[in-house]
Amino acid sequence: MSTAACDVLVIGGGLVGAAVAWGVARAGATVCVLDEGDDAIRASRGNFGLVWVQGKGDGMPDYAAWTRDSAGRWLELAAIIGEQDGIDVALRQPGGLEPCISEAEWVERELQVRRMHNQPGVGGNDVRMISAAEARELEPALGPEVVGASYCPHDGHVNPLFLLRGLHAGLARHGVDHRLDHWVESVRPDGDGFAVRTAHGTLRAGRVVLAAGLGNVRLGPLVGLDVPTEAERGHILVTERLDPVLSHPMGRLRQTEEGTVMIGASADRVGLDTSLDLATAAALAARARRVVPALGRARLVRSWAALRIMSPDGFPIYAESENHPGAFVVTCHSGVTLAAVHALYLAPSMLQPGFNDRYAAFHPRRFGGAEAA
Amino acid sequence: MRFDRLPEIRPVPRVTLSIDDEPVEARLGDTVTTALLAADAGATRQTPVSGAGRAAYCLMGVCFECLVEIDGVPNRQACLVSVSDGMVVRRQRGATRLPEIGG
Ligand SMILES: Cc1cc2nc3c(=O)[nH]c(=O)nc-3n(C[C@H](O)[C@H](O)[C@H](O)COP(=O)(O)OP(=O)(O)OC[C@H]3O[C@@H](n4cnc5c(N)ncnc54)[C@H](O)[C@@H]3O)c2cc1C
Ligand code: FES
Repeated sequence: MSTAACDVLVIGGGLVGAAVAWGVARAGATVCVLDEGDDAIRASRGNFGLVWVQGKGDGMPDYAAWTRDSAGRWLELAAIIGEQDGIDVALRQPGGLEPCISEAEWVERELQVRRMHNQPGVGGNDVRMISAAEARELEPALGPEVVGASYCPHDGHVNPLFLLRGLHAGLARHGVDHRLDHWVESVRPDGDGFAVRTAHGTLRAGRVVLAAGLGNVRLGPLVGLDVPTEAERGHILVTERLDPVLSHPMGRLRQTEEGTVMIGASADRVGLDTSLDLATAAALAARARRVVPALGRARLVRSWAALRIMSPDGFPIYAESENHPGAFVVTCHSGVTLAAVHALYLAPSMLQPGFNDRYAAFHPRRFGGAEAA
Repeated sequence: MRFDRLPEIRPVPRVTLSIDDEPVEARLGDTVTTALLAADAGATRQTPVSGAGRAAYCLMGVCFECLVEIDGVPNRQACLVSVSDGMVVRRQRGATRLPEIGG
């Protein structure tokens, strides 16, 4: 049995765990990250890559503001990864569109935009409805069925795989002990820290962060944290590389730096199942053609499904255990968008007192479940 | 680098395809990639990103390095397509241009 000691042990090396580990290591802590291997369920390898503000936080102004903060800090994160680790994460924030292709969609979107404008401290995150003509001026490839769009000047996108690689490179640069194929069997409070057991031995740490995605459901109760999340499947389709077609990311359509157009993402709940449903994929493709008819001539070269990590209200869960201080949970649906605030704000605050006060809005007590023993 | 074929256990019918109008002999059952490698075809595309030459890499449908135009359809995975007699294969340069943008 090997034993190792570190200040902070992070369970999960996806976008959330890597951003947190990156941030605490940068703040000077000694850090260990335990992750699984390539057979694991990992949202961070199958997502859409939007750094997205519009529509986020309907019903939770703190989340809307948090998302906007992250979009604002993203340039700083990308610059650090670019300068220190030589990885260009292809961040582009030209503003984003969400086209509507029916009156009903327009009415529903306009209602949401108006509702969010009225939430305190959010100011609608500068989202506004734009006419079909205005939308087509921004994005000439939009088809005649588009009746208008919502537009947010802060929306953007990034290459999420380069982001993950960049964060991992930063971990290596900070001397983080990053172990793959180290599935955590159990976490147990031990003296003034925690003992974390894997098949390769037990590690001791002063603090432990649960950033295991869907794995948090099982791990949380071991340290007194209730993490009620469920898997939501999303399909993504990818075209061949194309000459520039789109200059703005859209909620369900974006062209990457390399030229592929990504078409996403569906949403259904089928448990821990990443298999592809052809009818769902076909529906995505059909909508994309209505929004941008020229895509009807593009060939799809691949497709996949991945699992989102959804809390009951869809907003993040951040908490420090009341019964076992020093144990934290960090999980969210939009781990690409929030990578900047996770790395630059949230992670360093784990080394300070008062985490639950600072992130009160994100505590799972809002779901009303009993705090686990 | 050269690829040498192993001796045939039993006779395999031959087919002829073309790569950029050059005839290439292959064996029935070959993938297009096998035929191209055996014919020493070299780089079969230039990436749309850097323009660097590329050819088949994983041979099992994962890496998308082997993309070529087959019978008029660009961006097909040569390692996943079986050869047929008279098949027309073309090397690719850059990205596909879609017609009708802004139309
Ligand atoms: C289809 C789809 C589209 C998306 N689009 C976007 C988007 O456009 N923008 C955006 O911001 N977000 C998007 N997301 C969400 C984003 O991908 C996730 O929020 C983010 O990847 C979550 O990261 P994570 O690290 O929490 O989870 P994961 O990537 O799932 O990582 C969790 C890690 O924990 C490990 N683990 C689990 N249990 C254990 C254990 N017991 N021991 C050790 N390790 C363990 C797993 O192996 C895994 O590596 C999308 C998600 C999906 C599925
Ligand atoms: S060689 Fe890798 S996909 Fe064809």
